[in-house]
Amino acid sequence: MQPTHSSRRILLPVRNWFIALTLFLALLLNLIPFGRLPGIPDWVALVLAFWCVHQPLKVGMAAGFALGLAMDVVDASVMGQHALAYVLLAFAAAGLSRRVLWFPLAQQALHVLPLFLGMQLVMLAARMLGGAEFPGVLWFLSSFTAALLWHPVTYLLLIPQFRPEDKDVHRPI
Amino acid sequence: MSVVGHAPPPFFKRGPAPLVRLAFFVSLSLTLLIADLRFHTLEWARLAVATIAWPLQRATWVPIDAAGDFGTYLTRQSSLLKENENLRRGKLGTANLLLRQQHLEQENKRLRALLDMRARQPVEGRIAEILYAARDPFSRRVIIDKGIQHGIRAGQAVVDDVGVIGQVARVFPLIAEVLLLTDKDQAIPVEVQRNGLRAVLAGAGAGMMELRFLAANAEVQVGDVLVTSGLDGVYLPGLPVARVVKVDRDSAYSFARITCAPLAGVERHGLALVLGERTALPPRPDDVLSTVEQPSRGKRVKKKARP
Repeated sequence: MQPTHSSRRILLPVRNWFIALTLFLALLLNLIPFGRLPGIPDWVALVLAFWCVHQPLKVGMAAGFALGLAMDVVDASVMGQHALAYVLLAFAAAGLSRRVLWFPLAQQALHVLPLFLGMQLVMLAARMLGGAEFPGVLWFLSSFTAALLWHPVTYLLLIPQFRPEDKDVHRPI
Repeated sequence: MSVVGHAPPPFFKRGPAPLVRLAFFVSLSLTLLIADLRFHTLEWARLAVATIAWPLQRATWVPIDAAGDFGTYLTRQSSLLKENENLRRGKLGTANLLLRQQHLEQENKRLRALLDMRARQPVEGRIAEILYAARDPFSRRVIIDKGIQHGIRAGQAVVDDVGVIGQVARVFPLIAEVLLLTDKDQAIPVEVQRNGLRAVLAGAGAGMMELRFLAANAEVQVGDVLVTSGLDGVYLPGLPVARVVKVDRDSAYSFARITCAPLAGVERHGLALVLGERTALPPRPDDVLSTVEQPSRGKRVKKKARP
């Protein structure tokens, strides 16, 4: 396992409790009441997309569904809105994971940006069909913030898997 | 090559195919969406999850609270003094009204007794603090710090010092969600204070409200104050709600487009008063269609008001 497929570093295997912990912390970050301030990223979506890209066999649609339900309750939104969006996000991210890891981090961010935007569009469609008001274009800013955060979040979440770099000229990779 | 009836053992057990799982979870989510949007049947699940999540939620307010406390700590003394002075002045200004209110209420009671009318319900209320605006960008809700434990029930009206803010939409054990007047789903029966014209005021988004279903020649002017008419059995009559800011009488439409701005600080945060539940209205007379459903208490008045 490498940070990206073209990287020369080999990672330690991921620990399951660390994945659970990061998803839980993301949920906590989402609970902070910022109100209608635009540009606050959806932390759960970001971390979920990250793990779906890096560990598609461990984190998937079931995790997305459970987290989505939790978000629906604490967010005072309609039940199933976040669940639907996160399930689709997890599916798309897992499908993208074979491809996206070949790119450097900046281009990875460009790959996941449409995923986040699509997730928001799904939520928008679900609510507008239910007769809610349009939240304004600024609401989509949070997807761009999340994409910008892809680079730092990758390093942050992979820290426990990095091992000290030992240079060995005889090793093939 | 596999023998008939015996599939080769799989190398890796991965469960159902991704598309199957996607279809399963998507249909589950859609079912939830429809059940909640259409039938409002998932409140018990919401209550359960919210109760479990409450300690976590409380913990996440700590940084926000700390920032707020730090801001207050740095408030300058002069501004505090000025605020104090203003408050004292305001209190003195309303003292006249307050002193006479007791007298007026007594007099009103006697007069009503003389006229053989039902006594007006006394107003009781519970002060609540607005904690924060709900994160959902599609609706306008705020969370207050009183819940089932404090006797709050869904459907109660919430006012601030100027007028109506909204209505309690959901209650949890320690907090409650207030649906603001400016939400698109919220409607409130009002009357024009100047001439008693009754109408329904509904949220229009973007912090504004609109007066619906009034004929193009209805007697409404810019600047008119709208107060609750009390016909719905939820809001007490006479509470100030909004002021008319724009009247658009286009003859192409049969209704006038009347835009109103809320009087109370609907989108500002601070303290609010949750008014007690109103006692039930007298039963409707029999000559009205008996099939008209009585909105049960706690159900929010949604785009329909009983005439």
